[in-house]
Amino acid sequence: MVRVGLLLVCLWSLCVGPAHTQGFAGLGTSADGFAAPTPDPVFVFPADHGPHPTFRIEWWYLTAVLEGEDGTPYGVQWTLFRNALEPHDGEGWQTPQLWMGHAGLTTPETHYADERLARGGVGVAGVEAAPFAAFIDEWSLESAPERLSEGEDALSALNVRARGDAFAYALELNATGPLVFHGADGFSVKSAEGQASYYYSQPFYEVEGVLELPSGPVTVSGQAWLDREYSSQPLSENQLGWDWVSLHLDSGAKLMGFQLRQTDGEVYTSASWITEQGELTAFEDGALTMTALETARVAGRAVPVRWRVQLPVRDLDVEVEAINAQSWMDTRFAYWEGPVRIRGSHGGRGYLEMTGYEPGASSETAP
Amino acid sequence: MIGTALATLVSHWRRKPGQLATLVIGLSLATALWTSVQAINAEARASYDQASAALGGGSVISLTAPEGRIHRSVWAQLRWDGWDASPRIEGELELADTVFALIGVEPLSASTLQGMVGGGEGVGPAFLTAPGVLLAAPETVEALAAHQADLPPVQASAQLPRGQVLTDIATAARLLDRGDQIDQIVINPDAREGLTPLAVLAPQLDRAETTDTGEVSRLTGSFHLNLTAFGFLSFAVGLFIVYAAVGLAFEQRRSTLRTLRALGTPVRVIVASLLIEALAFALVAGAVGVLLGYGVASALLPDVAATLRGLYGASVSGELSIRPDWWLSGFAIAILGALGATAQSVRRAATLPLLASGQMRAWALASTRRYLLQAGMALALFALAALIPQLASGVLAGFALLASLLLGAAIGLPALLAGVLNLATRLVRGAVAEWFLADTRQQLPGLSMALMALMLALAANIGVGTMVSSFRLTFEGWLDQRLAAELYVTTRDDAQSDAVRDFLEARADAVLPIWSADSDIVGQPGEVFGVVDHATYRENWPLITAAPDAWDQIAAGEGVLVNEQSWRRAGLALGDPVSLGEGATLPLVGVYSDYGNPNAQAIIGLDRLIGQYAGAVSRLRYGVRVDPGEAQALTEALRAQFDLPADGVIDQASVKAFSLSVFERTFAVTGALNVLTLSVAAFAMFASLTTLASMRLPQLAPVWALGLTSAHLARLELLRAGVLAVLTWLAALPVGLVLAWALLAVVNVEAFGWRLPLHLFPMDWLRLAALAILAALIAALLPARALVRKPPREFLQIFAQER
Repeated sequence: MVRVGLLLVCLWSLCVGPAHTQGFAGLGTSADGFAAPTPDPVFVFPADHGPHPTFRIEWWYLTAVLEGEDGTPYGVQWTLFRNALEPHDGEGWQTPQLWMGHAGLTTPETHYADERLARGGVGVAGVEAAPFAAFIDEWSLESAPERLSEGEDALSALNVRARGDAFAYALELNATGPLVFHGADGFSVKSAEGQASYYYSQPFYEVEGVLELPSGPVTVSGQAWLDREYSSQPLSENQLGWDWVSLHLDSGAKLMGFQLRQTDGEVYTSASWITEQGELTAFEDGALTMTALETARVAGRAVPVRWRVQLPVRDLDVEVEAINAQSWMDTRFAYWEGPVRIRGSHGGRGYLEMTGYEPGASSETAP
Repeated sequence: MIGTALATLVSHWRRKPGQLATLVIGLSLATALWTSVQAINAEARASYDQASAALGGGSVISLTAPEGRIHRSVWAQLRWDGWDASPRIEGELELADTVFALIGVEPLSASTLQGMVGGGEGVGPAFLTAPGVLLAAPETVEALAAHQADLPPVQASAQLPRGQVLTDIATAARLLDRGDQIDQIVINPDAREGLTPLAVLAPQLDRAETTDTGEVSRLTGSFHLNLTAFGFLSFAVGLFIVYAAVGLAFEQRRSTLRTLRALGTPVRVIVASLLIEALAFALVAGAVGVLLGYGVASALLPDVAATLRGLYGASVSGELSIRPDWWLSGFAIAILGALGATAQSVRRAATLPLLASGQMRAWALASTRRYLLQAGMALALFALAALIPQLASGVLAGFALLASLLLGAAIGLPALLAGVLNLATRLVRGAVAEWFLADTRQQLPGLSMALMALMLALAANIGVGTMVSSFRLTFEGWLDQRLAAELYVTTRDDAQSDAVRDFLEARADAVLPIWSADSDIVGQPGEVFGVVDHATYRENWPLITAAPDAWDQIAAGEGVLVNEQSWRRAGLALGDPVSLGEGATLPLVGVYSDYGNPNAQAIIGLDRLIGQYAGAVSRLRYGVRVDPGEAQALTEALRAQFDLPADGVIDQASVKAFSLSVFERTFAVTGALNVLTLSVAAFAMFASLTTLASMRLPQLAPVWALGLTSAHLARLELLRAGVLAVLTWLAALPVGLVLAWALLAVVNVEAFGWRLPLHLFPMDWLRLAALAILAALIAALLPARALVRKPPREFLQIFAQER
């Protein structure tokens, strides 16, 4: 997936100047000194669960589709973004590594969001690989060693917590399947020009926990999906934004799919079909289609909140609809992120993320 | 119809352009002085707001360590618990002989700073990565550039106060070599609910809730009120001119008004015309006044800025920007003034008897009854002035006292002058002398407004002059006493402090530690100093009141001295317990004067200070007693031996010179406004005499016909102006002295917390008398010259015309 982090890179690099990382000097190193993803990656765990300071951007991105005891659907997001101003780490204040946390909690009526910013190096925000701990201020996503069996991946048992002005949550996550690697063994291509990232996920979490809402605590359970991705390259210049889904199908299979919308009206798509056992099949551009069916007025712009998602090679033809059309993350870099329900050839629940819908702009997804 | 009426009335000004000029200039001057004061105040207020907004603004909780520095992990701990906390490094950037305040902030955790770094002034990632970016006010950028030091790139930011350099905490830590140590943790008090209290998380840190703006505003409030009062006084003086000009114009247009009424013009049309006319004057004069005020304020602002910096440490930009609040207030007061001055004319126009003679009579014929009424009002105002201190306190009450005093004196002046002239009439013999006095009395009503203005200006001059001179005399004496040590030494840290002390003890007559700790004193934030038992204090320290064995008790750690400000504020008596924070109290054994310090201060024995405040004591400064001839050599020895700060060794003379320069600057503005007010009053005299001269021919013609030459008459005119000036000056003298007393004993006590003895400066008064006479003579000169040159034909015409 592409995710918000790329947007972050665009903004920071705009600040820095015209240093768009289009040209590459040598093997896998961009002109400004950041490392760039190369094909056939070899991941080493638990080290690769930790940060990669020589890459410009990286994130730990958790989305959970939940249900209260009364059947009310909820969605929870917990994300930690790392953004390097320079391709190295540093001691104390002097580090160029910056961190940004986003937390969201969606109910059918209300969407809560909060964000945190921090610099690395001084213990306020960061990620440690072993024992796994990602944190910013009092928000954390940490491994729960007491629930891990011998030899199991460190991300298989996690606790997550966050809190904003009017909400808080604390959830336990236990994975029932393995890590999966998108694209070619974790090398995920993002454009026809070859922009790419390293991308793997843990999509098999069973979740239990408590949401703190203004009306009181709510006990919830459900499923969650953790994305890990790092790269150094911003979007291709002709890409406007993206629409991304992660779907937990009732059959036990999972689907990750996205389309990158281009200025010429074309799209670049990518999809991963994941079986219940954790076998991933990657589909290249064109296999997946996403069609906007209905838009809603969100934060002064028209945003599609009902989609038709088709992956004919897997006989998938579903309608994906927002549980709360106003799932707007009103953060420094604003975007739409919220839980969806799935109907059609398959049932289920999932998460939808959309960026690049500018106020007043017409929908770019029209076929 | 209103057009015709208006055109008819306005035609008067075409015939009397001089009168028109008087009116417009008077109103413009009044508006200008008022506007300039408002502009200065607005600029200062904006500077205070800016200074506090630039660094987080509003109310914040700040945590500091008693020992000086905090490890950054303490801050991280607070973040982990959910507190909206941001670290800060503060230090001094020393470049050659200049010191800049360097502030390192962490923009990612300071929510109020994020906008600044992210966008707006476009700092961007360069701010956060080495070598970093320094932000400073444009003037400070220039000052930094002059040093050509090896600094990160400097960028101008209009949001910052001068002398301050803002940068990322990483850059500040590098420049100041701070490592992991920070100076302060700033916390947004709108904390999320349910957090662990700060007292539990960081019990070792001192906690202070500050509203930066509030602090500076409180300290400087009285100063600005002072300026405002002066502005208002100037405006009042200017208004007298306008009132006089409008009244005169009414008298001269009486026949026109009657004719208009006789022709059938309704009263309301005439009233409306007069109001429209007044409004037009107000707009024109307001515009001129606001422009003039801008000029005056621009000229005065650097002095004001210097004053505020010297007195309160408040940084105010030396450049004036155009702000809607003060130019609107300038127009408002011009309109208010014009309408106020016109009110009486309008009232009289509305009640003008249709059939009464339309001819001009002596302007506002005075009656004994009217003088009695004025005298009664004056007495009532004096009584009010006497009552105010009993009824209310505060700076406002002080100024209310001054206002009633001045107003009473002004209103009572014509009655007083009439009384004096009456008395004189009985004493003199001779036709010319009697005519002179009678004629002077006859002119009094026409001149009274100008004379009142002159008296206000003279009284203000005497009062403020006496206050400033008394203050200066007291201040100089106090400095001589208080700055008894020959050298003042400031060290960098405790280790150096100990070494310097050892070094000095072997070479100087005495080393007096100037050690202090921040503490609450009778509930007010302030500083407690510790002193050793030494003759320097017993002989020199300026005590206002003290127990006989005050210094013995201090030495024994059994008593406390407080400064006059705290003493007055808390209403303490000798022997009363004085709380010094943390539950400690000591009996009050004496009070010392402490000019120029807005905060609370106390003195206790040095051992007691260390015993009570321990680690919180700042031990960096010493006063050194040494033979004055050896001071220079010792200074050089100290500098050679130790790496002292730039201003680490200062001799007595420099401290005195600096203190006196601060003092002089403080009152530079007052002096300038004084001169301006006096000029306005002189202009009022000139305007009144000029207009009166043209009206007085009927009174002079008979005297001329009886044999007095026009030259003789002109000399008498000059004499009259001089006599009236002297009489006004005499009346202003007691008023000015009472004003000085009120400033020293009431306003100063309320505003600053200290009371000063009143000293008299008769030479200043004589100089002022000369000035007043000179102003009156100059004002009378032109009309007198016109009289000398008047052809006999014009005198004769008076008899030819049927009047």
